[in-house]
This record gives sequence, structure tokens and C-alpha cells, in this order.
Amino acid sequence: MIVAAALIVLLPFAAAVAGLLGSRWPGGVSRTEENNLRANRRAAWFAVSAAVAALALTLWLAWQTSGSGGSGDLFWAEFLPGSAEGTLTVIGTGAIPISVGLQVNGLSVLTAILVTVVALAVQVYSVGYLRGDSRFPSYSAFISLFTSAMLLVVFAADLLVLYVGWEIMGLCSYLLIGHWWEDRANSRAAVKAFLVTRLGDVAFLFGIFTLGFAAGSFRIDDIIAANLPTGTLILATMLLLGGVAGKSAQVPLHTWLPDAMAGPTPISALIHAATMVAAGIFIVARLFPLFPQPTLDVLGVLAAIGMLGAALAAFAQDDLKRILAYSTISQLAYMAAALAAGSPNAAIFHLTSHGAFKALLFLCAGAVIHHVGSNLLSHMGGLRRAMPITFWTMTIGFAALMGLPPTSGFFSKDAVVLAIEHSTSPIRLLLYGSALITVGVTGAYAIRAWLRTFFGEEHVQALAEPAPGTAHVFDGREAPRTMVWPISLLAIPALLFGFIGVADMDWPSAAISLLVALLGAGIVYTAWRSAPHADPARLLGPFRAPCEQAFYLDRAYAALIARPILSLARGVVRTDTHVVDGAVRGSARLTIGLSSFAKLAQNGNAQLYVTGLLAGVLLIAVGAVMWG
Amino acid sequence: MHVVYPAVVAALLFSIGVYGVLARRNTILVLMSVELMLNAVNLNLVTFDVWLRDQLHGGQVLTLFVIVIAAAEVGIGLAIVLAVFRNRQSIDLDRLRDLFEPPNSSDPDGSQPAATKVTTGVGPE
Amino acid sequence: MTPALWPPTAQEIVFLLLSVVAVGSALLVVTTRQLVHAALWLVACFGALAGCYLVLTAEFVAWVQVLIYVGAVVVLMLFGIMLTRAPIGRTADLDSGNRVVAALVALATAAVLVTVVIDGFRSAYTPLDPGTGSAKSLGGSIFRTWVLPFEALSILLLAALIGAIVISRTDIKGRE
Repeated sequence: MIVAAALIVLLPFAAAVAGLLGSRWPGGVSRTEENNLRANRRAAWFAVSAAVAALALTLWLAWQTSGSGGSGDLFWAEFLPGSAEGTLTVIGTGAIPISVGLQVNGLSVLTAILVTVVALAVQVYSVGYLRGDSRFPSYSAFISLFTSAMLLVVFAADLLVLYVGWEIMGLCSYLLIGHWWEDRANSRAAVKAFLVTRLGDVAFLFGIFTLGFAAGSFRIDDIIAANLPTGTLILATMLLLGGVAGKSAQVPLHTWLPDAMAGPTPISALIHAATMVAAGIFIVARLFPLFPQPTLDVLGVLAAIGMLGAALAAFAQDDLKRILAYSTISQLAYMAAALAAGSPNAAIFHLTSHGAFKALLFLCAGAVIHHVGSNLLSHMGGLRRAMPITFWTMTIGFAALMGLPPTSGFFSKDAVVLAIEHSTSPIRLLLYGSALITVGVTGAYAIRAWLRTFFGEEHVQALAEPAPGTAHVFDGREAPRTMVWPISLLAIPALLFGFIGVADMDWPSAAISLLVALLGAGIVYTAWRSAPHADPARLLGPFRAPCEQAFYLDRAYAALIARPILSLARGVVRTDTHVVDGAVRGSARLTIGLSSFAKLAQNGNAQLYVTGLLAGVLLIAVGAVMWG
Repeated sequence: MHVVYPAVVAALLFSIGVYGVLARRNTILVLMSVELMLNAVNLNLVTFDVWLRDQLHGGQVLTLFVIVIAAAEVGIGLAIVLAVFRNRQSIDLDRLRDLFEPPNSSDPDGSQPAATKVTTGVGPE
Repeated sequence: MTPALWPPTAQEIVFLLLSVVAVGSALLVVTTRQLVHAALWLVACFGALAGCYLVLTAEFVAWVQVLIYVGAVVVLMLFGIMLTRAPIGRTADLDSGNRVVAALVALATAAVLVTVVIDGFRSAYTPLDPGTGSAKSLGGSIFRTWVLPFEALSILLLAALIGAIVISRTDIKGRE
């Protein structure tokens, strides 16, 4: 079993190496059209075959671990009770050893299935989406590398090994957001994502150190088993929360995610919706026994703010991908709220279903963007007839996002609301209220995006030359097959996955949230019916501008953090120029000034030189006579 | 004959020669002073040859050699002095200052301060 | 046995008188204000030195001194003075500004040398036997023992001769 887990991690890695090194080798190094096509085809084969193999192995692993003998209150332990652990080697560090090892349990297998399914879908989808892109080999290799890193995080048995995967994910995210780096905005978005998540990762690393040194081991099981004092736990988990907020785009480190939509749409689907941003939630669930109540309360407050704020921001956006990005922040905050309410169960349930339907939404959005040649809702409309498959699958996705039965979102969101309702947390009411309002706003923005994309009048105008950052304009009626297939594949779990939670449903509570969602959707629908051309976002009235700007948080960060740091940096440069360099130059000038005294002797008069010479000889002679 | 007498006379002659070399401005006078110093050495050589009763007369033979070399030296020296005079119209030692380093040839800062280039790198982003 | 330093013998008195002349005229060489006088005082100095050599029984060296120094070198010097159009008569600027320092260094040199010499040779004494520095004995040792340096010196002299000619002639250009 553990060998299978290792293979799952290593196969995509091997594919990444092969894709990077082997796509153009041998003989295809020059960038002609033909060579590019051949390299792209080969890279696609590398990536897709590795993804298929990883998916197959993961399914085999699930079959191995499955059984009905499971017990406990965690649902993955019920379905997948098996577990295994293996350590490749233990690296002695002089203090606490690092054990390079993997661990397979229900949670990791479940998450791995999500990762491999979405990764496979995205790899296949990318073949069509990035057809003819000359950097496709490196792109697909980075996706493979990302998949490998995420799987390493999922299967790691040691916190430091986990951290390695965690950082590689961040790197891949950076590389892939900046795929179309020719546009300055894209590379800035990549840098922003990298720096913001890095801020959280520093805290995360120190959280790992705190835990490791307190427990005397970095192995996750040892740490959970160790009876650590509450103070240490609060400190460590608060630090971990920094990393979680960074990776999972929670308030206050969420600002990178909407900008990260500058990357290719499949990347948004894979990294910034389904998997990497879920890693933060996954970590909290994995280490959940360690989290004391105060940390969970902090997480809950952040989640309550984040879910509502992001949902409102999503309602005001005009860019389809940014709507989905804010929606992702909001949904991740749902999971965080479930964790804060003390139910990793609901959090992981929602994580899995959200991973499926949000990846589906992004891929559909990619197909739409591919068709329209623009990201903006105001350029879309009436695509229902032009792209029937995309329409139906995206409808499933939006329904799941709104939480309409019988989609997976209905069940998982209800599990979250239920968990909040039954929680004993002191901030229960805040969470519950926020969650219910967010359900309504989610319904509103989902229906708005749906209506404005697929209904109303068609005003597709083909752009002459697509700007970097948008996909090619495709003149067919429907997206290419490599894009339709993954969408259809993902629609299945988005629609049906929820039924594994059907036993735990609480129908009255579900009815309440369904009503709220329908209420939000209904308001928007009536507004749209009365004026199909106007944007329903006008319902926000005076709040529209702040919502569209995500409550000016970016500007506040720029004013409070970026600008002071920049001026500090300028001050450092100035100090370097004038004080440090000044000291160096000053000492040089001082030396030159002093040497001008010595230069007085060098006046070119040979007689003076000889005088000095003889005087010196004389002194030496006197010295030799007196002391010789 | 006490050796001290000629030895002291030689020392005095040598010191006078040193003074002449260091103090005279005219190059020919400097050459004369050099001859004085050579003669002081010769006196010493002869004295010690006599005192040590050298069978090979090393001291006196060396004196002869020194006289010959001095003659050659004066010949060459005067030729150089004449050449200098022809080029410079002067044989005053303190006006022959080609050994002097002109003050403006050294640049104290090396170049423009490199820091200005650094500051331009951090523009308002 | 060593006689006392004072009173001096007759030979020593003659030597001391000659050396007073030599040192005195040497002082005049380096202090006189007239260039030509300096050359003439040099003649006096060299002549007195030749007398000293005679007293020290080095008669061949004494004649060579007269011949070469007094005869040749000083004449060369006079030619040099003439060719460089040096001013004839009193001139105030024969000394450079370095005079004080030069006097200090020279006095110190004299003090050190005289001290060391007196300290080292206070009791050294040699009786003077006439004939030891005759042309015959000196010639014998030059052409037996010192013949190789002698030949080398002749080449040196030749080289100096050619060098002086090359330097002083204006129509011989250096290699381009």
C-alpha cells in the first residue's frame, strides 16, 4: 500500500521531469511550428498518462482501505478505515530527526482522489485549451509537479515533508499564474500570490517548529499523541493558521486569489479552486485534535467575515473568473467555519464536493471564455444555444454552488450549516447568521452569473487578436472535445457525490438554507426579468462600488503595508548610498588627503631623495653600532 | 704611522663629499663631490694596504682600478650632463623634476559614485 | 710595540699638514661661489692627497693620482664647465635649497664615521718601509694576480668611451 502511495506521489513528479527535459529532446529544440506541435503532443502524453496512472493507483488504494468495519465519528473513517504507514529513511539532524515517510489513511485517500481526478481532468482539458501554445510542455510539466507536491502534502507522515510539498505547491502556483508573463499584470499577479502566501508560510513553518520542538518529533502521529500544554498548542496553531489563511485565501491574506485569475483558466480550476487552496483546510482537518478552542474561535471569526465579504464582492464583479475566485474564498470560508464549529467532517465533505463543482465551474468558464474571447460578463450572454453541453454542465455547477438539491453542494453545504447549528462554540450565532446570509448572497451571485452568461441577447464579437491572458477565440459552436470530456466527467461527481452524506441530512435545516438561497436567487431573477440588459448588481445600490473593489482591502494594504515598506526600502538604499558608501568614499578621500602630506616629499628633486636615503642609512648604521 | 690619522682624514673627506653631493645645485659640482668621496675611499684603501702589508698589494691595485673607473665615470657623467644641457638649457639639479608626479593625474574618487545607479533601480512601483 | 699617539713623528706631521691642505681645499670645493675656482681647489685637494700617498709609501698610486686626476679628470671638468656655458665669476645660486639638511646629514656622517674609526683603530700602528709601493712591485702583482680584473677594466673603459661619444654626439639617433 505504501509503495502505491509513493508511486502516486512520484509518477507525476517523473512526468514533470520528463515533460521538462524530454519534450523537445532530441532534435526539436528549435522553435518551429512543427517542433512545437510535436513537443506539445509528447508533453501531453507524458502528463496525461502520469495523471491516469496516479488516479488508477489512488482508486486501488481506496479499494484497499475500504471496508465497513470502520468506526468513529469521522465519515472517511467509516468508508475507508484502512491505514498504512511507511518510512523511507530517517534523517538525523542532531536534534529532532526528520522521518521521510508517507501515511495512508481515509482522509488522505479521499483527498488524493479529489486531487487526481481534478488533475486528470485539467490535464486533458489543457490539451485543448492551450492548443498551439509554445510553452505548453513546461506548463503541463508544472501541473504534474504541482500534482505531485499536493499528493505529497496529502500523504506526508512528517510535518517537514509536508512542508516541502506545501512550498512546491506555492512555487508551481507562482509559475503557472505567470504563464502568460508577457503581460506585466500577469507576472505581477504571480509575484503578489507568491509574496502573500509566503507571508503565511513563514508563520506556518514556525508553527511546525513550535509543534516539533514541543513534541520532540515532527511525525504527525507523534505530535497528535503527545500531550502538549494548551499554551504551546494555542501558539503553534495560531502560527499554523497564518499558513492556512495564506494558502486557503482566508481573510486577511485572501487578496492574492482574485488576482491569481490572471493565469490560464485550467490553472484556476486546479490550483486556485479545487486543490491548493483546499490544502489549508486539509491541514486543519488533519491536525484537528491539536486545535484548541481559542484558535478555532479566531478561525471562525475570520471565516464569518470572509464568507460574507467575499460573496458580496463576487456579486459585484463583472469578470466571470473573478466571480468564481471570490466565490472560492467564500466557500473556503464555509469549510473554515465548519472547522471552527468543531466538525472536520463537514469541512472535508464540503471540500470534496466543492473541489468537484468549483473545478467544473472553472473549466466551464474556461470553455465560455474560450468561445467568447473575453472574461467579462458584459461581453457574454445568450450562449445557451451556442454551447449546450457547457450550458448544462455549468448549470449543474451553479446549482451545486447555490446548494440546490440534488447536487452535491446541497448536501455538503447543509452539513456545514448543520455543524454550525449544533456547535458549542461561543461564536456560534455569528457563524450561523453569517452562513445563512452568505447562502442567500451565493444564490444571488450564482444566478446572476448564470443569467448573464447564458441568457439574454447574444453579443459575441470575435476579437481580432486575443490579448495575452485570454485564450484563443474559437470559432466552433462548442468547445473542442478535449475540453468537453473533462467537463462532463466532473459534472458527475458534482451532481452525485453528495449522496454519500444523505444519511446524515437534517431536512428542516436544509429547507431553511434552501429557502434562503432561493430567496436570493429569486430577487435577482425578478430584477433581471424587469430589465434583462441591466446588471443585477445594481441591487447593491451605493454598496456596489465598495463590493466591486472588495471593500478597498487591496488599497488599504497598499497604503498600510506596501507603501511604508517601499519607502523604508528607499530609505535603506539612501542610507546605503550616503552613509555606508559615504563612509567608504570618505575613508578613501581621507587617505588621499593624508597622503598629500606624504606626497610633499615626492617633489621630483633627486637631491632630496638622496638626502633621505643617506639619512636612513645613517640611522641604520647608528643603530647597528649602538645595539649591534 | 698611526692608522687613525689617514682613516680620520678619509672620513672627513667622505663627509665633505656627501655635503657637496647633497647641497650643490650645479651638476658638475656634484660630480666633483663624487670624486671627493672616491678619493676618500682611495685613501682608506692605500692606508689599509700599508698597514696590513699585503704581499699582493690588493689595496693599492684596487686604488688604481678605482681611479680608472672614476675616470670612466667622469667621462660618461659629463657626456650625460652635456646631453641634459642640450635638451633643457640648464644643468641645475632642482630644475630637473621629471620624477615629480603631477597632482592632477590622480583621480581621488575613481569614478562617479556608483550609488546613483542603485537608487534609480528602486523606482516607485 | 706601539708608540704613543702624541707627540707625532716627523712622518706624521708631514702627513697631517698635507691632509689639512686636502681637507681644507675639499671644503672650499664644496663651498666656493665660483665654479672654476671649485675645479682649481679640486686640483689642490687631489695634489695634497697625492702627497699623502707618497708619505704612505704608495709612490706609484701617487703618480697615477697626479696623472689621471689632476691631469685628466679636472681638465674634463673644466671642459664640462665651459661647454655648459656656466657663468664665470661669483654666482649666488650654486647651492640648492637643500643646504641645511645636507649639512646636517654630512655632519652626522662625519660624526658617526670619525667615532667609529677612532674607536676601531685607536691602537693600530704601522711602520713605514720605503719601496713597497714601487711601480715594480705593483706592476708585478697587477700582471700576475690581478690580470683578469685589469683586462675587464680595459673593456669597461672602452665601453665608457664609446658610451660617452654616443651620448654626447647629436647626429646619432636612437633606434626607432
